[in-house]
Amino acid sequence: MTDSRIEISFTLNRRPVTLRVDPRSRLLDLLRYDLGLPGTKEGCGEGECGACTVHLDGVPVNSCLVPAWQVRDRAVLTIEDTAEAAVERMLDAGTTQCGACTPGVVMTARWLEANPRLLERFSARHLMAGNLCRCTGYDGIIDGIEIPVPDREEA
Amino acid sequence: MQRIEGVSKLVGRERYVDDLDLGEHLWGATVRSPVPRGRVTDLRFSAEVDWSEFTIVVHTDVPGDNTVFLLEADQPVLVAEEIRHIHEPIVLLAHPSRDAVRRAAKQVDVGVDPADPYFDFRAAPTAGQLQRGDDNVLKRLEINKGDVGAALAAAAHVVEGVYETGAQEHVYLETQGMVAWVEDGVVCIKGSMQCPYYVAKAAERALGLDREHLRVMHAPTGGGFGGKEEFPSIIAIHTALLAMKSGQTVKMIYERTEDMAATTKRHPSRVRHRTGLDGDGCLLAQDIEVILDGGAYQTLSPVVLSRAIIHAAGPYTCDNVRIVGKAMLTNSVPYGAFRGFGAPQSQFANERHMDVVAGRLSLDPVEFRRRNLIKDGDCTATGQVIDDGTDRVGVMELALARADYFDRRAEHRNFNAQHAYLRRGLGLATFFHGAGFTGAGEVHLASRVMVAGLPDGRVEVLTSSTEMGQGSRTVLTQIAAQRLGYAPVDIVIVDPDTHRVPDSGPTVASRTSMVVGRILDDACAALRQRLGDAELRGDALRAAIAAWHRENPGGRLSAEASYRPPPGVQWDEENYRGEAYGAFAWAAYVAEVEVDLRTYTVRCIGFRAVQEIGRVLNETLARGQIQGGVVQGIGWALLEECMLHEGAMVNNQLTNYVIPTSADVPPIDVIFLENPYEEGALGAKGIGELPLDGPAPALANAVADALGVEPNVIPMTPERMMDLIEGTATHD
Repeated sequence: MTDSRIEISFTLNRRPVTLRVDPRSRLLDLLRYDLGLPGTKEGCGEGECGACTVHLDGVPVNSCLVPAWQVRDRAVLTIEDTAEAAVERMLDAGTTQCGACTPGVVMTARWLEANPRLLERFSARHLMAGNLCRCTGYDGIIDGIEIPVPDREEA
Repeated sequence: MQRIEGVSKLVGRERYVDDLDLGEHLWGATVRSPVPRGRVTDLRFSAEVDWSEFTIVVHTDVPGDNTVFLLEADQPVLVAEEIRHIHEPIVLLAHPSRDAVRRAAKQVDVGVDPADPYFDFRAAPTAGQLQRGDDNVLKRLEINKGDVGAALAAAAHVVEGVYETGAQEHVYLETQGMVAWVEDGVVCIKGSMQCPYYVAKAAERALGLDREHLRVMHAPTGGGFGGKEEFPSIIAIHTALLAMKSGQTVKMIYERTEDMAATTKRHPSRVRHRTGLDGDGCLLAQDIEVILDGGAYQTLSPVVLSRAIIHAAGPYTCDNVRIVGKAMLTNSVPYGAFRGFGAPQSQFANERHMDVVAGRLSLDPVEFRRRNLIKDGDCTATGQVIDDGTDRVGVMELALARADYFDRRAEHRNFNAQHAYLRRGLGLATFFHGAGFTGAGEVHLASRVMVAGLPDGRVEVLTSSTEMGQGSRTVLTQIAAQRLGYAPVDIVIVDPDTHRVPDSGPTVASRTSMVVGRILDDACAALRQRLGDAELRGDALRAAIAAWHRENPGGRLSAEASYRPPPGVQWDEENYRGEAYGAFAWAAYVAEVEVDLRTYTVRCIGFRAVQEIGRVLNETLARGQIQGGVVQGIGWALLEECMLHEGAMVNNQLTNYVIPTSADVPPIDVIFLENPYEEGALGAKGIGELPLDGPAPALANAVADALGVEPNVIPMTPERMMDLIEGTATHD
């Protein structure tokens, strides 16, 4: 049988990686089952829930919708890159309950915190709407985000 | 205290069942019935698949009884012949490749001789649809207090209403999943579950194993909400069957579409009310009929029905009450446990009906409740005397004050008179929720908790209570730490494992903090007794534990306690009379809505939740329970519609089954009132399910306030709202 896999190189959590991937495989499965990084979760498998959110070149994406080979020559950041000190505020705010949506929530929140100007134009509630959570009712998630500018959220 | 496993979850270190490093293993998949009712005639395995690569399990491979034992042995592990609902499991497959096994499951054709299915639980079955007795009634229960007939005949006003609620999908973010393997003759099962001993009892019977040869372990569980109360027994037995037949480790993880289509949901309901009132608007009689769709097997429907009827008359004083409850056996995918467990359905009807009644009497809904809310010394529908000292009118008044209710309503009147297409309204719900098992349920469970002093002086806590996000690990740690005078870091919560922990009962019914926490309290006292000094705490206790181990090298310093019923609690199961619950939590919720007359969309724009819950053990966790429950309730009321076809959900994707996002809900204002409950751990009452009961009626009452219509069916989707506003009938 011929090997249909493609060799790709990319940056994973700030380190270079080279490996062969099946052209049909999803980035989510590559991370979870081939690279030993199961922190990224599968919630729906169709890009609705955001549990599998990772950063691709600094932008949050649903890794269940990204063919693995598309990360070639790009930078992928996963939940495993998150420092414990960075989640202290979330711990106190009640951002996590069951934890299944949490890695995706944290990755989107990290993107907001790295791009605070987004919060000048949109409310945190709207920017976080791509991450479904069934436990918190979202107050714990919104309160866990460091918001450096006045939040223009309406009551 | 911060959530114990919080950091681990926030940085992605928590290992759920699909994250476990299993080495080489097989993946399992399920072949399901293509029709809702009929007989299996043959199984056709496609010639395009090399089946020699697969482990294949059918009903004849079940070594014990072919039943998923719970209340009744009616549900088979795998269909032998008779199909009772669509998506019923028939064949199990396992293969080293996940993709291969999922593809192969579609290559098994199930030949069927179909029969006439029964779906509409509100209508009587035809002769050809009969499957249980002469009416398909799965369970019938009744509560009687006073003389309803005479009171209705004498009433100044009689007001009737019919209320309906739809199915609701749990949408735990982690789908059902299990792994199983055989180790030294012991079948080991580990996975996502609320109740390890439920899984163990069902698996022992189906696999024909005794307790020593079956071990069930809990893995961190990504949400349950009742959906992982009884269902995990099925996937656990399936996974174990594949592991036993293949001799290898097997993992089964449901895809979201499979999980939504084939697993349990909240019971759909229809509730009829006939209410008699005197000239002052005081309740004279409540005549109530509650019907639930139980689905194709019994699961927990009789118990859900029980909780539904006990809560159906609400927290009101009324001397004459008749509540008739029926759960119907249909050919829908079985309905099962879901946070609230029948009480959200019956209290939606009752709280909506109380506003309808107030409207007919031209009374303000607030004033109506002031006159009728139960007062200390009065008794509930089952005759339980309420005398806990909670000011229930005060709970309501605080919620109204937080919402600025009367001023906001006046503002809304102005707004509605001027705005071209937006209408705003406010709605109130006052309700209660009994915590723990109903009646003598806790006595029958006879839950046990063990603690053990370790050689280094730390104390281990052994319970079967599972962490699924609600915070049980943290709260049990807090209780033990407080009772022993320890730092939380010196309390070790043992992962639930039926070969290590005693049976503390299931992690359901808002019972863990209140009931299991209380037993833990007793177990801590028993540990000190065992060391001969009931006053030992903190460093002195540590030293005593360490000294005991020096004197008893290799020994085990454990102590155990069992459930003790609160004094004076009597329950007559035959007549449904007496103390249904040790304690009720009391609440008043106020919802504010905005309806867009162009799109018929209802948005919740404000929410206040006031509740008296005994004592708050952990403010962050308790607030999170209420906020999360409220938002699930908002989803059930406004957005979440299970579109059923042939008895199963056909919008079984998160793309078209819509749960609330952060942008769909306002901040949830949560206020706790404390009135310690002596029999609960550190004064706590259960709160997990309470917040599901109030949002739907508060929202429906708010829509009624905004539009002057009567929204008596949920979810209030745009389709239903259009019918209500325009008088059309496009939606059933």
